[in-house]
Amino acid sequence: MIRPSLILEKRPSPSRFWATTTPVLAVIATMIAGGIMFWALGKDPIESIRTIFWDPLFHETFGPYSRPQLLVKAAPLILIAIGLSLGFRAGVWNIGAEGQYIMGAICGAAVGLAFYPTENILIFPAMILAGAFGGWAWAMIPGLLKTRFGTNEILVSLMLVYVAEAALASVSQGLLQNPDGMGFPGSRNFRDFPAAYNTELITGTGMHWGVVFAFIAVIFAYVLLTRHMLGFHVRLTGQAPRAARFAGVNPTRLVLFCLGISGALAGMAGMFEVSGPAGQVTIDFNSGYGFTAIIVAFLGRLHPIGILLAGLLMALTYIGGELAQLMLGLPAAAIQMFQGMLMFFLLAMDMLTNYRIRFTLKNA
Amino acid sequence: MEETRTQDALLTLEGLTKAYPGVVANDNVSFSILPGEVHALLGENGAGKSTLVKMIYGLVKPDQGTMTLKDAPFQPANPAAARAAGVAMVFQHFSLFDALSVAENISLGMDHPPKPRELTARIRQVSEAYGLPLDPDRIVGELSAGERQRVEIIRCLLQDPKLLIMDEPTSVLTPQEVDILFETLRKLTQEGTAILYISHKLEEIRALCEHATILRLGKVVDTCDPREKSAKELAEMMVGTTLHVPERDASEPGDVVLAMDHVTLYTPSPFGTDLRDVSLEVRAGEVLGVGGVAGNGQDELLAALSGEARLTSGSVLLNGVPIAKLGPNERRALAVLSAPEERLGHSAAPDMSLTENALLTAAVRQRLTKRGFLRWGKTEDYAKRVIKEFDVRTPGPANAARSLSGGNLQKFVIGREVLQKPEVLVVNQPTWGVDASAAADIRQSLLDLAAGGTAVIVISQDLDEILEISDRFTALNEGRLAEPVPTRGLTVEKIGLMIGGMHAPALEDAE
Repeated sequence: MIRPSLILEKRPSPSRFWATTTPVLAVIATMIAGGIMFWALGKDPIESIRTIFWDPLFHETFGPYSRPQLLVKAAPLILIAIGLSLGFRAGVWNIGAEGQYIMGAICGAAVGLAFYPTENILIFPAMILAGAFGGWAWAMIPGLLKTRFGTNEILVSLMLVYVAEAALASVSQGLLQNPDGMGFPGSRNFRDFPAAYNTELITGTGMHWGVVFAFIAVIFAYVLLTRHMLGFHVRLTGQAPRAARFAGVNPTRLVLFCLGISGALAGMAGMFEVSGPAGQVTIDFNSGYGFTAIIVAFLGRLHPIGILLAGLLMALTYIGGELAQLMLGLPAAAIQMFQGMLMFFLLAMDMLTNYRIRFTLKNA
Repeated sequence: MEETRTQDALLTLEGLTKAYPGVVANDNVSFSILPGEVHALLGENGAGKSTLVKMIYGLVKPDQGTMTLKDAPFQPANPAAARAAGVAMVFQHFSLFDALSVAENISLGMDHPPKPRELTARIRQVSEAYGLPLDPDRIVGELSAGERQRVEIIRCLLQDPKLLIMDEPTSVLTPQEVDILFETLRKLTQEGTAILYISHKLEEIRALCEHATILRLGKVVDTCDPREKSAKELAEMMVGTTLHVPERDASEPGDVVLAMDHVTLYTPSPFGTDLRDVSLEVRAGEVLGVGGVAGNGQDELLAALSGEARLTSGSVLLNGVPIAKLGPNERRALAVLSAPEERLGHSAAPDMSLTENALLTAAVRQRLTKRGFLRWGKTEDYAKRVIKEFDVRTPGPANAARSLSGGNLQKFVIGREVLQKPEVLVVNQPTWGVDASAAADIRQSLLDLAAGGTAVIVISQDLDEILEISDRFTALNEGRLAEPVPTRGLTVEKIGLMIGGMHAPALEDAE
């Protein structure tokens, strides 16, 4: 009997074509599967997909409002994901960017608020440094524990997220609480403090300092990975740790570098968010960017340009998701499912990069 | 002759073909194996030996062709089916759990393991019957490589195989252990078990095998009785061209370039071997051969010299200047270069291109960076130069290291160091798993380097190789180094005793 069969064959070397095509295929597959899910929820699938992907940018009424949101939402995702990607490339799994993001926001905001209401041009740069420091210091905890005692950075960095969340709850009702806030939790609003406010640089674009730093981070990471010895060592450590040692890489320093830079970038992202779009330190100002950035990093194939595009796409699903909740009454969980599908399809399609599928007819 | 062989055959292969993307690993391979014969499968690396035995053992399915075992069609869907039909295999790399006992390891590898007590008794019985001393209750992590191999062999023998496949079984054994193994194999054949024996070591094949099938580029090119051929003739059949024997340029060695003085190194790895009080000297223009069975401190010796490991005590001197505190790149700057044993993952990064792999060790001496920034053009030129001068067969420097065959990658790895004009070069297993012609090229390049005044340390488990290229010989045994002696006049027997831990002075007393 002749029986058709599918064979997976390992490619001699990974396919460049598929490495760039799979993210696009994953997005398309997500649209299809997501459409089916929306249909099962009783919504028009075409309209749902259009509301998520098209309306935020081109809808007559909502477009002008949501277009700037694209950069506002993409900037922290890109900033964090760039840092994470360097670690992921080296096999250093910082899962706790959310915690570093929160600590960066707390430190940055604290420095700014300490000077309230002084008007000085140096306050904002000092806040950026403080934000980066907060994230860096928080990431050094798993870093030092890993290099000194061999603890697992995945667990430690993840658990520190919950510690950071507790710290956030504490300061927004204590140390950083607005003295004029009549007992409400949350700090002063940075909108009332021009020297510390992360303002929109070009009106109507959503462009703030965080966006500028995100672009700088993309370029920095690109140059580092393709043109600098340190980037080569990062990649080498991830692919062949023994070879990296042989090439003279100091594993301890590399782990600390990767965790430090991802922490600092996450901390900066937190500072830009709290002093601009969020406006104040509140118990729940953080919107999970630190976790979503992990998806962004992988969706962008850990490549700086890929992460830039993936960050924009992920921001679009955020805005589109909100719009879909508003317009079509889609539940928030459905949007999260949708983002999860994206990750799922990406990882599944990833196989095509390393394997080819052959369809054959065989004698059974 | 083949016709009569086919009639009495235990296993007959007919027209076996297997293609992978870009390469035909086996092309219309046919031969038969008789009961009770030791059948050698000879061929260079990449000749298709592994693919062929994987098909017989059910790991790979042939695209075309048929196999017949004991007059019945044989199409093993997986290794379990092959074992059920009476085919067993001992792999080159052992699949044992270090933390478990011998009996537990054997039990894990069996399809239907008996009760522990019964199994222990049977292991004792088989190990006595075949002269393979082994205590079933010992922990595998404590065993030598030779003893580990016995575990694998006994695991096979417990299943009463009709055909035993052995892939490079002697590469980890001392000459004395090889003798024990051959004794066992002869006992097995007397009982009618056929053995398919894969090895690069031609002298062994001549001593052991009654029939040889020679593969080249996936095809059967010849068959012979290896007992009637010389090793050189066998090698020529394998390579297809006349073997290039490296020539020794006997030159007077110069001053001591590199010295290790009472070096002790405690390895962090639980299954590594500590170096104990190792002292050696290498002179300019000299090749020092370091023999020894795998796992006796070879990796650690290389790491101590390359700068990857920090010494516990003792010193390393380059022209009298201490360098023990320097890392790999600082040593490279001083022209102390090395090439570790493991190609994929240690001396080269498998998924990176050859250009990137050139950068891996050549960045310092070839000035491939400028203020930390990479000079890709210059790096690619260097990779191309290595490819050209060392005849590395690859479409170009953009190809991933893992796409190269073992021999070609090894030529690249050695060439990458040789072209950097080292003052000291340390290589571990320079021709391990490399085909005969590539091995000859690599040895010649090491000799040329020494002739040019470089001090060369060759760590190798291939004794023939060491005898061929080194001026002085020493051996590692449980992390201790024997007193080096001139290679000239040494016999394999004497070396075997040195490897076994008897140092040279004791050796002289014994005579």
